[in-house]
Amino acid sequence: MYPVKYHKATSIADAVAALSAGDDATILAGGQTLLATMKQHLADPSDLVDIRSIDGMAGVSAAGNVLTIGAATTHADVAGNADVQKLCPALAELASHIGDPAVRNMGTIGGSIANNDPAADYPAAMLALNATIVTNTREVAADDFFDGLFGTALDDGEIITAVKVTAPSKAAYAKFAQQASLFALVGVFVADGAGGVRVAVTGAGEDGVFRQSGMEAALASGWSEAALDGVAASEDGLMSDLHGSADYRAHLIGVMAKRAVAAA
Amino acid sequence: MSSGIGVPVKRKEDKRFTTGKGKYTDDIRKDNQAYAAFVRSPHAHAKVKGIDASAALAMDGVIEVLDGHQLTGDGIGNIICGWAVNSKDGSPMNMGAWSALATEKVRYVGDAVAVVIAETQGLARIAAEAVEVDYEALPVIAHVMNAMTDGAVQIHENAPGNQIFDWELGDEAATDAGLAGAAHVTSIDITNNRLSPNPMEPRSAVATYDDAEEHYTLYTTSQNPHVARLVLSAFYNVAAENKLRVIAPDVGGGFGAKIYIYPEEITCLWASMKTNRSVKWTSDRAEAFITDAHGRDHVTTAKMGFDENNKIVGFKVDTVANLGAYMSLFSSSVPTYLYAPLLSGQYDIQNIHCNVRTYYTNTVPVDAYRGAGRPEATYVVERMMETAARELGMDPAELRRINFVQSFPHQTPILMAYDAGDFPKILGMAQSAADVAGFAARKAEAASRGKLRGMGYSTFIEACGLAPSKAAGSLGAGVGLWESAEVRVNPVGSIEILTGSHSHGQGHETTFAQIVADRFDIPIESVNIVHGDTDKVQFGMGTYGSRSAPVGMSAVVKAMDKVEAKVKKIAAHTLEASEDDIVIEGGEVKVAGTDKAMAWHEVGLAAYIAHNLPDGMEPGLKETAFFDPVNFSFPSGAFICEVEVDPDTGETEIIKFTAADDFGTIINPLIVDGQVHGGVTQGIGQAMLEQVIYDDDGQLLTGSYMDYTMPRAADVPSYDVSHMEDQPSPNNPLGVKGCGEAGAIGSPPAVINAITDAIGNNDLAMPATPQAVWRAIQAAKPVAAE
Repeated sequence: MYPVKYHKATSIADAVAALSAGDDATILAGGQTLLATMKQHLADPSDLVDIRSIDGMAGVSAAGNVLTIGAATTHADVAGNADVQKLCPALAELASHIGDPAVRNMGTIGGSIANNDPAADYPAAMLALNATIVTNTREVAADDFFDGLFGTALDDGEIITAVKVTAPSKAAYAKFAQQASLFALVGVFVADGAGGVRVAVTGAGEDGVFRQSGMEAALASGWSEAALDGVAASEDGLMSDLHGSADYRAHLIGVMAKRAVAAA
Repeated sequence: MSSGIGVPVKRKEDKRFTTGKGKYTDDIRKDNQAYAAFVRSPHAHAKVKGIDASAALAMDGVIEVLDGHQLTGDGIGNIICGWAVNSKDGSPMNMGAWSALATEKVRYVGDAVAVVIAETQGLARIAAEAVEVDYEALPVIAHVMNAMTDGAVQIHENAPGNQIFDWELGDEAATDAGLAGAAHVTSIDITNNRLSPNPMEPRSAVATYDDAEEHYTLYTTSQNPHVARLVLSAFYNVAAENKLRVIAPDVGGGFGAKIYIYPEEITCLWASMKTNRSVKWTSDRAEAFITDAHGRDHVTTAKMGFDENNKIVGFKVDTVANLGAYMSLFSSSVPTYLYAPLLSGQYDIQNIHCNVRTYYTNTVPVDAYRGAGRPEATYVVERMMETAARELGMDPAELRRINFVQSFPHQTPILMAYDAGDFPKILGMAQSAADVAGFAARKAEAASRGKLRGMGYSTFIEACGLAPSKAAGSLGAGVGLWESAEVRVNPVGSIEILTGSHSHGQGHETTFAQIVADRFDIPIESVNIVHGDTDKVQFGMGTYGSRSAPVGMSAVVKAMDKVEAKVKKIAAHTLEASEDDIVIEGGEVKVAGTDKAMAWHEVGLAAYIAHNLPDGMEPGLKETAFFDPVNFSFPSGAFICEVEVDPDTGETEIIKFTAADDFGTIINPLIVDGQVHGGVTQGIGQAMLEQVIYDDDGQLLTGSYMDYTMPRAADVPSYDVSHMEDQPSPNNPLGVKGCGEAGAIGSPPAVINAITDAIGNNDLAMPATPQAVWRAIQAAKPVAAE
């Protein structure tokens, strides 16, 4: 790892100041991608601004049917939280299958969403649940947040503080893991909630997470596995790599969507 | 005997390993220690036009930057291949020059061109990035089948067409005649996927130089420290053997990858002299993927002919093997003498011919990896048998059974003389344990859930303890293949065993102690095993090829024979009895049938005090022996794998894996079971998960665990392991056959035979990833009628 300065931010203002002061400062929210990348000399930030200890940054609260999940809440804490399990069990289930136990106890929801890895699980949930991404300056709908591979709507110095999720009437996530990394080769999150019927796909898209509108329309007219018969996912715009070519991924989108519908 | 031969004693060494007290090479800290980092080629094939180290040398804390011209200028020799294999026309193999630090050309991504020595590891790595190397990129051969094409770029000057040798074994004319007269011929085209060994502990070296004594010490992750010292001295000219000590302390797994003496160890030794500092290098996982010798990588076509009674009448195999950019230490022997002689499998085949062509490519050198040639042979034979059975409409077990070798010794037409075995019995054991009779019902039940069940066999033989030295020498081996032992009885009766075998996970500290405890009827706590240090232990050949029990332990037994004889002489003299009446039991050396006895430790004391020894007897109680076996040992087994495939995704679950083995006498069943578990897991890894993949530019695409899939606990079932012990090896005193590699050798074809059975398509390559299986299912679907 190259030399780097570490800051333990005590407040949002402190974090913002540290981010703007560094030549190439970046947020440390769990480090499960960032630190591994730094160890391989593939990233060379000047400063790491650790936001996990800022008051109110971690933890889950529920108000009516709305969950507010702090950005620094670990995957393990999301998976084990009673309110999440009650209001959106699909999200708790998803969190319980991210990476491995070490990753789940260090990685955070805010870090995952800000990184927007095209094979990460959370972006699919955010999109399908029509979640709201709360930052230190504004609230952004998930539809407007994810922007291509590793890209988001976040401005420089903008910090995710929480995500807000409204409990869906039905939701489930089905993931087919890439064998080596255990990231999603294809993950499909289906939900019937505040944003209507939504189907979000991760792991497969050349531009990252996306909504599968054909399947959404089919499920909106009748929530059943059978409704998805004949709704083939196109391989256009899907990734091909050594773990799966586009046609296999397209096929798996259909299989995983049905499994998610059955589980919801 | 509570801890003798056959007792499942828990491993003595595990207390230190499981409490973090193991002492590995990277744990070594020297007062004047500096750190090495290598400047490695990012190109798979390029000319090196210049190296500018000025920016690195200007960094505070950088001690030195050294390159290949300095290395060769100091007389450090090129890296050798220790087994000379001639082509069938008699010409010698085309061995390209391999300098520890490349000078004129780099030939794979990761080829080292310079080394930075700095005060910290982090600084050394940063400085290595600051060394500017001027490369002129050359065309790349990343895949072996491209090495032989017309106009292919030549990787080594002395290897036209990139061919290293074109070798054969067996009678081609007789085999062709057998195939021509066959009632049925089955043909298969298969690849044996390239693997990365991935021992848990990465390679590491700490080299120290004592300028007053002009003496070097190398701590390193080696499976064979004495061979390392010999080669470093005799061929690489680092130092005379008496000026070089090699210590391989606790080593965390090897699987073959730690047999070889790599550029890094050579360079660290040389750099320690150049800088007069201790120099440490420890590989990280990314560096391991691009420097540890890879395994397998064969492309094979094979034909097997059967007569009207389904007996094999001919077997012809044509293999292309990729040896990578340079010839590693035993690379030439793996696809030849460790491969082709195993192609008779468990079967009585009179006509076999195998042709092997080896080539250079711009990839990491390829050498022995757990099984080394024998997994490749077993995969060809056992996929052939299963495929043929399907074509012939026969039960695959029955086709095997009618072709089994039935009597021993059995001379194959391809060098091997099988000594002992009972193949029908082991197959029967496996079939019973696997509940083959109930398979049809289980398959039907799975079908009712929409799942595809399959069952696959592998009945394999392998060869351990490569021997004898004279025969190996006549086939081109550069070393002898014996082992040494010293049994040192201390004056208090405790015992040290000095062995040339090396333990890097095998549990020698337990099993070697068990055979001593068994012989002298003393607690294993009284026996210590000393190994892995050329200053302590007499010359030895190390551990690979499942040789520690059949060869290493046999040397211990021979030395114990000498100790026992001397003990009996001393006791007979002291107790005034005949040597023939002396027995050793219960911690005593006594006159049989009487109450006259000496305690075991009293005999030791008598030997060292020497007040009352027989006339002419030398004092002391310490004996050395060397054991050179007269033949290989031949472990065998029957593996049965049962899988369930999800046709929607191609995902395969191994429902049950049954392993029935013949390892001869078993010293410690707990450790033998562990070896089978680990070996089968590696075999499942090869069959379903692991594959080294290069792109066309020779860049490694599977250079981390994000892309190279190692088997995890959840990928494998709980194994059903059993052993047959009634056919001990006649070729060593314990009757042991070796168990370290059998699991990895026998399992891949069992897995693939099971999956292909489930999906009804024989055309499936390893690794059988979900995508590969799904595609094979699609390909096997009948085309819908128009």
